[in-house]
Amino acid sequence: MTADLITITIDGTALKVSPGTTVLEAARKVNIAIPTLCHHADLCSDAVKKPVIAASNCRMCLVDVEGQRALQASCALPINAPMAIRTSSPAIRRARRDILALMMSEHFGDCPACKRNGNCELQDLCSEYQVDTSRFGRPGKPLFARPDPENIIQRDMNKCVLCRRCLRTCTFYQGVNALTPTGKGQDVSIATFMDREMMDAWCINCGQCVNRCPTGALVERDDTAAVWKAIENPDKFVVIQTAPAPRASIGECFGCEPGTPMTFRMNTALKRMGFDRVFDTTFSADLTILEEGAELISRLYKTAVLKDNSAALPQFTSCSPGWIKFIEHFYPDYLPHLSSAKSPQQMMGAVIKTYFAEKNGWDPSKVVTVSLMPCTAKKFEAARPEMRASGYRDIDYVLTTRELARMIKQAGIDLPAMEKSPFDNPFGVSTGSGVIFAATGGVMEAALRTVLEVVTGDKVENLFDKADIVPVRGFDGVRMAEVTVNRVGPVPAILSRLVPDFEWLRGATLRVGLAHGTANAVRVMQDIEDGGPLSTCHFIEFMACPGGCLGGGGQPIPTSWEIRSARANAIYGEDANYVVRKSHENEDVLRIYREFFKEGPCSHKSHELLHTHYQERV
Amino acid sequence: MDVQSVRGFVGTKLSFADASPDVGLRKSEAMDPEALIHLVSASGLRGRGGAGFPTGMKWKFARAEVRSPKYIICNADEGEPGTFKDRLILTDFADLVFAGMAIAGRAVGAEKGILYLRGEYEWLHAHLEGVLARRRNDGLLGAAVLGNRNFAFDIEIRIGAGAYICGEETALIESLEGKRGEARNRVPFPVQSGYLGLPTVVNNVETFAWVPCVVEKGAEWFSAMGTRKSPGARLFSVSGACDKAGIYEYPFGTPLRRLLKEVGGEDAKAVQVGGASGVCVPAAQFDRTLAFEDLATGGSIIVFGPQQDMFAVAENFQHFFAEESCGQCAPCRFGNVRLHEAILRMREEGLDADTEASLRSLAATMQAASKCGLGQSAPNAFLSILDNFAGELPRPRT
Repeated sequence: MTADLITITIDGTALKVSPGTTVLEAARKVNIAIPTLCHHADLCSDAVKKPVIAASNCRMCLVDVEGQRALQASCALPINAPMAIRTSSPAIRRARRDILALMMSEHFGDCPACKRNGNCELQDLCSEYQVDTSRFGRPGKPLFARPDPENIIQRDMNKCVLCRRCLRTCTFYQGVNALTPTGKGQDVSIATFMDREMMDAWCINCGQCVNRCPTGALVERDDTAAVWKAIENPDKFVVIQTAPAPRASIGECFGCEPGTPMTFRMNTALKRMGFDRVFDTTFSADLTILEEGAELISRLYKTAVLKDNSAALPQFTSCSPGWIKFIEHFYPDYLPHLSSAKSPQQMMGAVIKTYFAEKNGWDPSKVVTVSLMPCTAKKFEAARPEMRASGYRDIDYVLTTRELARMIKQAGIDLPAMEKSPFDNPFGVSTGSGVIFAATGGVMEAALRTVLEVVTGDKVENLFDKADIVPVRGFDGVRMAEVTVNRVGPVPAILSRLVPDFEWLRGATLRVGLAHGTANAVRVMQDIEDGGPLSTCHFIEFMACPGGCLGGGGQPIPTSWEIRSARANAIYGEDANYVVRKSHENEDVLRIYREFFKEGPCSHKSHELLHTHYQERV
Repeated sequence: MDVQSVRGFVGTKLSFADASPDVGLRKSEAMDPEALIHLVSASGLRGRGGAGFPTGMKWKFARAEVRSPKYIICNADEGEPGTFKDRLILTDFADLVFAGMAIAGRAVGAEKGILYLRGEYEWLHAHLEGVLARRRNDGLLGAAVLGNRNFAFDIEIRIGAGAYICGEETALIESLEGKRGEARNRVPFPVQSGYLGLPTVVNNVETFAWVPCVVEKGAEWFSAMGTRKSPGARLFSVSGACDKAGIYEYPFGTPLRRLLKEVGGEDAKAVQVGGASGVCVPAAQFDRTLAFEDLATGGSIIVFGPQQDMFAVAENFQHFFAEESCGQCAPCRFGNVRLHEAILRMREEGLDADTEASLRSLAATMQAASKCGLGQSAPNAFLSILDNFAGELPRPRT
């Protein structure tokens, strides 16, 4: 449709753009960098096409449009007619310098000690424009109360520039609405309802706000000191598990291209830092698939054969702690739909402090379980009182990708230069299914590989080429897929307590749904309430973060759709290289059922250690 | 009507007193909407809120929009410091306003009108509802205005909560939608996407009041008053150091000096034209005229007497903006606070050349970079006082 294109000039360069393109987007197409603080690629992407998303409140992206008196915010200026634009002029440079000096005039904080030092958009721009940051004075003391150190999401208004990325993310991406502007004029600030601490607000701890904050106003609680202390304590046996998403992203903190896998180099680094064992969370992801898959088969059997209405369908996944807190706050009537299976992080903790401790003669009270997660909400999950069935907390400390990167640097380790080394036994066997948990659709794909193979008795490769279940992949916010069960096989011994046969599934169509970003979860829940197509699903995967865990709130900053794609490529690439790609073929998992749980998934002992319950929250 | 009976009116000539609102309405009912817009355009009527956008053009844009329903909103959030003339119109000439809104509805194809009444005018609510009820009863509002089934128009009244920013039309629309009063990006414009995302005309109380007068008496009657660029007359709210504060009507182009003479403020040291967002005019410039092309104003005239400390005025206005900025965009939110602090400081310590240059740069940035008219005009008073009364500051210590 070249006829519809509009010709504009930017700094003398003529280009054709489609109507509605913003001046900022057009400039970036011709490699003209316009500085921004409130604009964020995520908040203006196709994923959330809403005009209100462009806040245009930092006013850094101002440009001069021929014929217009005032400067125009390029992020919020759609091109609907030919125009001539200048992106740099004395007035524009002066305005940017003045605005930055104004922001610094209410900025209180110690830059070198700030978590965002060196990766701060405000700092970078002040440096680029050589701003005299004390031109309008600097606060001598905090202007706002500092957050309670216990908050997982640490929100310090003293470093806020009022760009509102956080609240736009919270509202439009996550559908949580925990944050709002409050006050006016000089008293304006970003607040929670009734100005509660984040931990007392209806925040789901997803950390998406942290990931988008241009400054250090939003950071996660720093648990690195506690982990160092445990490592230094000779009485403690410190075990770390690493999730697949941080392994695909932590290289970004060391200057690597997004999508550079660090899995096995990191094993070496972690050992050098003093961790006693390094385990692979994909082991417990496989364990989760067996428990959750068995639960699904059992729910389907109860509903279809026993006509027992107590088994709520569709079953919802339960591994995203942001999603769990979301449903507890906003859709408590649907809690019975959640799989009772704990997340992989918690399952790993539970078996470390029981099976592993017993097997090695360790006193579980001396075992410290640390996990590396792409996630801030995992810190909340680890602290849930119901997550200590063994008598000990399943997980003692959770580190985000960013926190661990800091620790590795503090240890003087250049991660990309490390040799590769394997995970430790007995939780070191990885499968491709466990790895893809990191991407939206991954849990579903892993579950389908196992459930389909178990039910049909046939190789999943006969249904989907190379066992790649492509229909559930991708970044569309809400997706649906279906598979028809054309043949059934014998019930494997491990499930024989749950169902007598699979005849009742012959010819059945299994429908699954997926959503990532809790604003998309709202769409799914609304569709279910309206009796729409998603209400006919049997199993729905929900991920709180856009893109799934690889786009988690604890991941390196920045995160964008391009970066998410690169991380996803790393993850699916790793999956394709594994010899074992199905959870039910993980030898470590099969061994723990033989040696420890004895009776297979959803048995008495596995229920005690590997399952949990949920509560309504206000 | 005897203009002396109009509460708050002090002048001698009041066009509204000679108009019959429903004659204009009846005439417009008989006219084709395009012809109606053409008439308003030909009169040269410009928005009375202060910005002076041509009313006919605004209506034409709204009419051209295909989406419906469309909305006609009357901005009765009269919040500019020193203006109180809309209050007079609402107490004594509400029929003109409502007739003007109905005419606008007919012109652009809107069936719904909303009058956004500032919170401080809640006491007018019952009176205005009474006028609306009477007009419905008289067939001047409702499903068939003047019995014409093709002319449906009704009006509801909504009350603001007292924020100055809600007088800015896009913030007003946000407020009407139940949101925080904050200016929107101005592409799209309200005529394209306004209230509830639908085409919306927002005009000032006085603009609507002039509409039936223009329709009744014709474009030439109106444009015969005023200047070529600012046709017509307008109301002025005069306050401060003068003998006869109150509301006056003057044609555009009236020299400030003439106004001062008639209000008994001839010994004024300076006059603030346009309220907090306007400019401060020193005595040497009193021959300047009240018109969009010279001293633009939403109608506020504040007279300062010979003893007035001008930097106290600047401090007061800047404090007002530091409080009334919506706090959304950086230049306005932070700039007003810093400028206010600087004025406090210069009143104590004087102003050295470096600081002055820095503040002038800041003010220019606020004017060029703020998101809406509030921030863009916030440094005006300070700058005009600095330009003309810098001698009143103490000499800076060296």
